[in-house]
Amino acid sequence: MEIHRRKNQIEISELDPFLAELLRQIPASAKTEGAPAAEQRIFSLPVNGKETELCAEWKMYVEPELRRLFQTATQTVGADLEQLNGNEKSLANRTLRIPTKHADAWLSALNQARLVIAAKNNFTETELNDHLHSPIGSRRDLSLFQVNFYGFLQEFILRELDC
Amino acid sequence: MSAAPLAVEVEVALTPGIPRPKSAGPSTVGAPTIEKETRAEEALDLPWHVVVHNDPVNLMSYVTMVFQRVFGYPRDKAERHMLEVHHKGRSILWSGMRERAELYVQQLHGYLLLATIERVS
Repeated sequence: MEIHRRKNQIEISELDPFLAELLRQIPASAKTEGAPAAEQRIFSLPVNGKETELCAEWKMYVEPELRRLFQTATQTVGADLEQLNGNEKSLANRTLRIPTKHADAWLSALNQARLVIAAKNNFTETELNDHLHSPIGSRRDLSLFQVNFYGFLQEFILRELDC
Repeated sequence: MSAAPLAVEVEVALTPGIPRPKSAGPSTVGAPTIEKETRAEEALDLPWHVVVHNDPVNLMSYVTMVFQRVFGYPRDKAERHMLEVHHKGRSILWSGMRERAELYVQQLHGYLLLATIERVS
């Protein structure tokens, strides 16, 4: 896999089918449905104490706004990822081009996915910091790889935004 | 390694048209009474902290960028706060009126950071 900035887009080329599939899973991975731990993390409360009134208002007014915000980001990413659709049986490497104006949506969707996967798997800080962990031998290992791969993409996008 | 404690920005509410006590010159009508009223308003509004809590998933570079965007902090200051979150588990990013603190927390949640408001004890 190669990743470059070309004019107004970020180009991820030489994507093998496995990594392409991981990218395709970003919108689905960001969903919190059926995972209370993920839901709790993505929509955390604004207070630690007993501000019940504030929490109720937050749930009523702020949370729906946040849901819309996150959904818009994953929809933008989903639309970009349609470039990877095509012949499902093809083993050829693919190229994905992300317009730089979509960079914020990608950062958000990647972050959502990473947080949801981490919450669902209850990863420890030690596991998350073990970047040399290999090989992938279980569903949990694959999820950890997914978190790290998405983190790598986030880092690259952040670096490009900084330029 | 732990980061040095950070200074906290406290925003003081100013009531338009009412002079600050410090700058009061020779006596004008009712100035001492106005000073008390201003303090009473501040006591109602202040202070609340915006606190960001550590999260093992969010990237350090991402957190720094969010602090720069939300609070308009220069990179070095944003990084100091990020490191304080990382090493100490939390950092007070801003202090001031509750309404604005809630707005900051909403923005931080929009970036998926763990943030809360806390009343200053």
